[in-house]
Amino acid sequence: MNRRLVTSLIYFLLVLGAVVVLTPLAWMISTSLKEEGQVFLFPPRLIPDPVVWRNYPEALTVLPFKIYFQNSAIVSLSAIVGAVLSSSLVAFSFARLRWQGRDWMFLLVLATMMLPGQVTIIPQFLIFRSLGWLDTLLPLIVPYWGAGAFFVFLLRQFFMTIPGELDDAALIDGCSHLGIYWRIILPLSKPALAAVAIFTFQWSWNDFFHALVFLSSRENWTVALGLAAYRNTFGTTWNLLMAASVASILPLVLVFFFAQRYFIQGVVFTGLKG
Amino acid sequence: MNNSAIGQTLPSSKPRAHQQSSPMRRRENLLGWLLASPFLIGFTVFTAGPMLVSLFLSFADWNLLSSPQFIGLANYQEMLFADKLVGHSLKVTLYFALGSIPLHIILGLAIAMMLNTSVKGLSFFRTIYYLPAILSGVAVAMLWRWIFSPDFGLLNAGLAMVGIEGPNWLMSRQWVIPSFILMSLWGVGGSMVIYLASLQGIPTSLYEAATIDGAGWWAQTRHITLPMMSPVILFQLIIGIIQAFRFFEAAYIMTDGGPANASLFFMLYLYRQAFQYFNMGYASALAWLLFFIVLILSLLVLRSSPAWVYYETELKGR
Repeated sequence: MNRRLVTSLIYFLLVLGAVVVLTPLAWMISTSLKEEGQVFLFPPRLIPDPVVWRNYPEALTVLPFKIYFQNSAIVSLSAIVGAVLSSSLVAFSFARLRWQGRDWMFLLVLATMMLPGQVTIIPQFLIFRSLGWLDTLLPLIVPYWGAGAFFVFLLRQFFMTIPGELDDAALIDGCSHLGIYWRIILPLSKPALAAVAIFTFQWSWNDFFHALVFLSSRENWTVALGLAAYRNTFGTTWNLLMAASVASILPLVLVFFFAQRYFIQGVVFTGLKG
Repeated sequence: MNNSAIGQTLPSSKPRAHQQSSPMRRRENLLGWLLASPFLIGFTVFTAGPMLVSLFLSFADWNLLSSPQFIGLANYQEMLFADKLVGHSLKVTLYFALGSIPLHIILGLAIAMMLNTSVKGLSFFRTIYYLPAILSGVAVAMLWRWIFSPDFGLLNAGLAMVGIEGPNWLMSRQWVIPSFILMSLWGVGGSMVIYLASLQGIPTSLYEAATIDGAGWWAQTRHITLPMMSPVILFQLIIGIIQAFRFFEAAYIMTDGGPANASLFFMLYLYRQAFQYFNMGYASALAWLLFFIVLILSLLVLRSSPAWVYYETELKGR
């Protein structure tokens, strides 16, 4: 009896929490489909009447969002390829090869994870300036090719769970170390590689700070910058603002629902042992 | 998965037969360094090098136009003794940290514990709660600006329904930081997922034994759940400190530090000094101050941890 009461209470709280979490998103979508006059109705109505689909094409054409989406896609895809490739190679080296200084170097990886990025943003700006990379997409991409410590750690831990006997057997069969990396380790590590790819997508797609610091001309902007500029230009047209916002998070939401298992695995993995 | 991962943190030293022969050994050595080089290069170019440059700049005066002038400790003197906005922005940031971190831990743990009571639809709830955590960014800042809108925003509309007249959230000096805290709680699912995973790793035999001994819910929570969770809470606490001191984009987009500097977070002030006033030397000194504050706070938390963090190995030692 008592137990059933507790269980009901827990379900009630969980459902209540889910409603609280989803309401802002629902309101965002609902506002994005409203006529301008309906936006300021009081009390607010959740279901728009009429449903104004043309808010979306309108919101996405007043600023050249097509270019911004293209830029963001270029940044994210290049970052994903770079992060997966570089961090998996490095992690393979740490997990499967024996070399002098390896353990010492791994401590460096662990230490790097603790360093906050704020201290390095100004010198990075100066480096990219001297390379002539300011106002290009390169500063948003190239750092991902440098094998981030977080990803190296995550992949190394995963690679360690693959039995070493596989390597030995392959070596005896005449397979090279790189062959082992490509034919054995990578195919067996798809979930971990997916986690790295998804995290890179999430971070690079959402990244506002670096885009703000490194990009200036409008035609080089990413979606994050375009959206921020939208606020200044069309500050009170909430329906259009919300339409642009929904469009900007749509790729993330789609990937999330498609691959949420890897998202959550990755969070758990990195979160427990950062 | 997690326990095995922790156990393997230290490199294994299992010898393998083929490594006895020397040319092969040398080739593996070379290949190892070669494959690890992306990290080495990345670390040198994007972390270690910049840190040295930043340290040098913090002792210089530089506006990007002329060449840097070495001015000794002047930046640090200015920052610590003359510039009132430094202390103010630290206070703002600390207020946000003290408000949001405990709430995140309590709420995250509470949701995780409820989800861990073998409820149906676990993955459904987990997905919904986790969703906002992936959506950090400009769109979320926009959304919450709209929610906090005093006259037509969702929050005040909801409050009006129960007869409360809501404040002018982001435009009020008292309410602007609580607004940001409230907004940050929307992303609590990020840490909840981690708590949930470690809750699921606690052996059920512990609870069974406690139940036989007649321990009630609170006693079990107090003597099993919380001690077993304490290493994760410690980790979340430190992550929380780092993130609070990194807080920037929502403040930049939603209030730009206003009203009357009431939401001038430290990172926002650093950004202004560096990229709006182009005081690169001074901003570098600010960055190092931030680094040391985060470091000291993290060390303090770590120092305090023997008093409240429980590690399984202690039990084995007894």
